[in-house]
Amino acid sequence: MAIEVKNIVKKFGSFAALDNVDLKVADGELLALLGPSGSGKTTLLRIIAGLDWPDSGEVAIDGENALTRGASERQVGFVFQHYALFRHMTVFENVAFGLRVQPRAIRKDEATIRARVKELLDLVQLDWLSNRYPSQLSGGQRQRIALARALAIEPRILLLDEPFGALDAKVRKELRQWLRSLHNEIHVTSIFVTHDQEEALEVANRVVVMDKGKIEQIGTPGEVYDNPATAFVHGFIGESIVLPVDVSGDAVRLDGRPLNIAAHGAASGAAKLFVRRHDMAIGPAGSGALDGAIRHVRSFGPIQRAEVALSGREGSTVIEIDAPRDRELQAGEIVSLQPRRYRIFATQD
Amino acid sequence: MGLTLTWLSVIILIPLAALFLKTFELSLDQFWGVITSRRTLNALKISFGLSFAAACVNLVMGTIIVWALVRYRFPGRRLFDAIVDIPFALPTAVAGVALTQLFAQKGWLGAPLAELGIKVAFTPIGIFVAMVFIGIPFVVRTVQPVLIDLDVEIEEAAASLGANRWHTVFRVILPSLIPALLTGFALAFARAVGEYGSVIFIAGNLPNVSEIAPLLVVIRLSEFRYADATAIAVVMLVASFLIIFLINRLQRWAQARIPVH
Repeated sequence: MAIEVKNIVKKFGSFAALDNVDLKVADGELLALLGPSGSGKTTLLRIIAGLDWPDSGEVAIDGENALTRGASERQVGFVFQHYALFRHMTVFENVAFGLRVQPRAIRKDEATIRARVKELLDLVQLDWLSNRYPSQLSGGQRQRIALARALAIEPRILLLDEPFGALDAKVRKELRQWLRSLHNEIHVTSIFVTHDQEEALEVANRVVVMDKGKIEQIGTPGEVYDNPATAFVHGFIGESIVLPVDVSGDAVRLDGRPLNIAAHGAASGAAKLFVRRHDMAIGPAGSGALDGAIRHVRSFGPIQRAEVALSGREGSTVIEIDAPRDRELQAGEIVSLQPRRYRIFATQD
Repeated sequence: MGLTLTWLSVIILIPLAALFLKTFELSLDQFWGVITSRRTLNALKISFGLSFAAACVNLVMGTIIVWALVRYRFPGRRLFDAIVDIPFALPTAVAGVALTQLFAQKGWLGAPLAELGIKVAFTPIGIFVAMVFIGIPFVVRTVQPVLIDLDVEIEEAAASLGANRWHTVFRVILPSLIPALLTGFALAFARAVGEYGSVIFIAGNLPNVSEIAPLLVVIRLSEFRYADATAIAVVMLVASFLIIFLINRLQRWAQARIPVH
């Protein structure tokens, strides 16, 4: 089902958790809400679920106003970071819960409920655990049960709040791929919240980057990575080299020295130059925009990572460059750096 | 280990053994005669029956109080939280005198109740009131930490799965609290059975009507009928032990279903 969020404002005291947020989610999408803690992503998710209420704004699920209904009437599956399983119930009863509490008029008979739970446990590949209690399961297993439980009510949309946040790195990676393939199988419109950019880029069809209660950018993983819309997105997603520059007209200067790159329409005044580590070309001294001495080189896999101390800067600015291994770099070598791809964003105060 | 057993023996087991030994001064017939006398049976019935009733009331009211103290923020919450402990701290005789004054026919609560034809002081209802008073903190203090630990998220999970408030309370919250509720019930019950100080002031102490078993023990002692007194005490001991044992088993069973993690 499609979700539409309009002009949502939510304040906790004087802190604006969500500041006029608009978002459209298409039917069948797998969307990631990505942002640092305090960016409002979880609040937005909870408002869509009906666990929190906005101060103003609209939420529509499948075209109908959701704000007139409470969480229990929205038919929205919600998966919590810490699973929130019912610990006095077996895995089977946990998954069956949503079916057992349905109003009598539409409640299925026991045999249908059993068959449905069995089917869901098969789907999450944990049918062999149906008589265990949650405390007897690993974190990854608990989260998959929580997901099966949420799916039992045939939710119109599925919301996941940092679903892998409490798991260790290896399990997290497995579950990510598993969630991806599960979504391909069941196609329910899903939104998951994460602060892990790798997770967002790897799992989602579209990524919504949030900061300080606002949406910074919405785009495919490729778009937000390759064409960040704001300085925040560039800094938050992927590793970036950031240098303070001055823009006047089409000239870009670093500490008063001109860099022979174009401003690409950035406004005149103080700005920040963002370059990805692998977008910095290394050449012989004097050939590029920035000169520096290599302090240290580490080689692994297809790349070599060089620490370069930029010369002519007050203090010493050390940046890390990823270069292909076609030419081995040496520590102590003086090189010149030229940004191949870069973005310039005016500094906001 | 050795220390634990020694200490337990000196403090608990040896006095209990002495209790049993003392009753052996009676022949079986005499013993049977003492414990099946009308006065003894009535005293035991009053003690255990009213304690059970008081513990039941405390279970329900205690749960409601805990809920308010843990889940709501209201002015004076900390004060109310502290007030819960008063029955713990107050000397029982003081509590007894206070309750008697309050519920006496001219007392603040006694007078309006008397107009309704309800007499509390110097009747079994008075005993019941005193037992409720001294038992309430046991339920509140046992359940409170467990409820604090119970994540609000599980209620949200239940709601998102379509559960209404009724389902959430009776299928999710209360089952999670069962072990703590049973412990609180057992403690309130045990305290009420053993309560002496506050009850004797308000009870009226009419034999067969409002005379509790501990008081009968004291009366027998003051008549120098030591063996009679211990016979009654042994019956109370065994009955209390059985009840506590039963509740313990129930608790085990409940806890096995909610393993601690």
